[in-house]
Amino acid sequence: MKPSRFFVIATLLSLTLAAAPLWAGRAELRLLGEMLSFLSLATLWNLLAGYAGLLSVGQQAFVGLGGYALFTACSFLGLSPYLAIPLAMLGAALVATLFAPLLFRLEGAYFAIGSWVAAETVMLIIGMIPALAGGAGMSLPIEVVKSIAADKLVREFAIYWLVLGLSLTTVFGVYALLRSKAGLALMAIRDNGLAAASLGIDLWRTKFVTYVGVAAMSGGIGAVIFLQKLRISPASAFSLNDWTVFVIFAVVIGGIGQMEGAVLGTLIFFALRETLADFGAIYLIVLGAVAMSVMLVAKRGLWGAIQSTIGFSVFPTTRKPMNSAETGAE
Amino acid sequence: MSLLDPLLQGILLGGLYTIFAVGLSLIFGVMKLVNIAHGDFIVLAAYLAHLVITATGLHPLAALIIVVPMMAALGYLLQRFILTRTMGEDILPPLLVSFGMAVIVQNGLLSIFTTNAQRLPAGNLETASLQIGSIHLGLLPLFTLAVAVALIAGLEQLFSHTKIGRAFRATSDDPQIATAIGVKTPHVFAMAMALCFATIALAGVFLAMRSNFDPFSGPARLIYGFEAVIIGGLGSFWGTLAGGVILGVAQSFGAQISPQMQVLAGHLVFFAILAIRPRGLFPKA
Repeated sequence: MKPSRFFVIATLLSLTLAAAPLWAGRAELRLLGEMLSFLSLATLWNLLAGYAGLLSVGQQAFVGLGGYALFTACSFLGLSPYLAIPLAMLGAALVATLFAPLLFRLEGAYFAIGSWVAAETVMLIIGMIPALAGGAGMSLPIEVVKSIAADKLVREFAIYWLVLGLSLTTVFGVYALLRSKAGLALMAIRDNGLAAASLGIDLWRTKFVTYVGVAAMSGGIGAVIFLQKLRISPASAFSLNDWTVFVIFAVVIGGIGQMEGAVLGTLIFFALRETLADFGAIYLIVLGAVAMSVMLVAKRGLWGAIQSTIGFSVFPTTRKPMNSAETGAE
Repeated sequence: MSLLDPLLQGILLGGLYTIFAVGLSLIFGVMKLVNIAHGDFIVLAAYLAHLVITATGLHPLAALIIVVPMMAALGYLLQRFILTRTMGEDILPPLLVSFGMAVIVQNGLLSIFTTNAQRLPAGNLETASLQIGSIHLGLLPLFTLAVAVALIAGLEQLFSHTKIGRAFRATSDDPQIATAIGVKTPHVFAMAMALCFATIALAGVFLAMRSNFDPFSGPARLIYGFEAVIIGGLGSFWGTLAGGVILGVAQSFGAQISPQMQVLAGHLVFFAILAIRPRGLFPKA
């Protein structure tokens, strides 16, 4: 069966990525870290929008909160950055718990703008706290930076492994979730909410747990992103473009509602960025136009098109109905 | 500090927010569509008015004669040829397509007009004010509120007493039955979008006479309009007016505390209403 082959490939790939400090230069390592954190955000957004039907345009709230939670915990509470990451996840999850009951009252499409208002609200509140230096932003104190590792190179490696660890947890965690009973419930809701509810799936609870879980992971990713940057400001922490718009475009182009879509979208996004980013506004117009055309022409994106021709999945999450009793396996 | 002044200024500001909101309310009512690029099209209309005024020397209000039909035509074409292909059970395609449009409009405007802020010169209307006791009420905000009220009243009339209004209501109640009894749904939807874009043109010109705008002013206008719609309750035009006024008053009082509190106060009132009355203040039965 596929899982064993999947396991071998996944292990090899993870080991190769973990050994990146050996084969990649400093600039490549940075880029790789950036790609991994982007991939995590793409996977998480895909889970929200493509599986749970929660089209959030406000994920920057949780990335930014994670970043600020890390800076606060390290600068004011004297916590080690390693301990601050789970704290950042907890903080993001708590805020998501507050917003979810309100946002879930908004009908489908209006949820999107509501989640955006939530993110704006969080940003405005953070910007008003004098200790966090308001709009000007703050730097991570040098002692904190040194506490990760005294040597600069070792520090870069450590941060890279943190990013890698969180990203692998996110991607394989989402994969495991989708293959579990809860994942089946999510896909049932996506495909037909009414029918899913009549089968006894608690729509509200499933969506709530997904939303809060995604927020927690986004908070963790946000914490390591800003640990790497060593500086944070409301504008960078709560950037709609960086943490949501690009992520949405990548997932849509790659193929929404499929795990491979997020991976492919991330690769395409970085390929485009590395070649076209100098064109500024034109680059964004092209990205927007491509994403729009994908939605209009082939809703399942590039991976959807590839999969329908080769009939192969890297992350098999669809189940074969057991109409024959040959195997009991999934 | 008198509370009357911020209250009155807030009510007037609510007029502008109502004009931002009414198009959103309209297309959601007719076809359950949410256009994320709504605010960016408001800014596009403002730039269009800027071009018309630069070319002809017209007053912004006179420029409406050109800008309104142009935007309405754009709305009709967008719905008929692009958005119509996204309509259906799935809410993702229309949202994502309009999201793409938002980014394209913003960056298109950026590459043509740069980030320099613009404003439409409204002559005497900009500074003229009415003095009541110790309170000065700007003539432009007063006029904006009057236009907003007239717009709401006009749309109510249109929906209840005209042929196209009945077609709007019929397709919104049940598109399939409406088609069966001879309503041309794609055309009706495109007409609704044209009407929405006519209000967008109005919103753009009134925004641009009142304050500076740049290519990235759109998202905030979308958010204010959206908040007004939700506070007022979906499916009711008068509710949208009430929502706009409540949002304006909330922001006006917030601004008394600090400049950042202006926008935040609006968001907080929005969430408070969502907590207390999830369907807004005046939802359709």
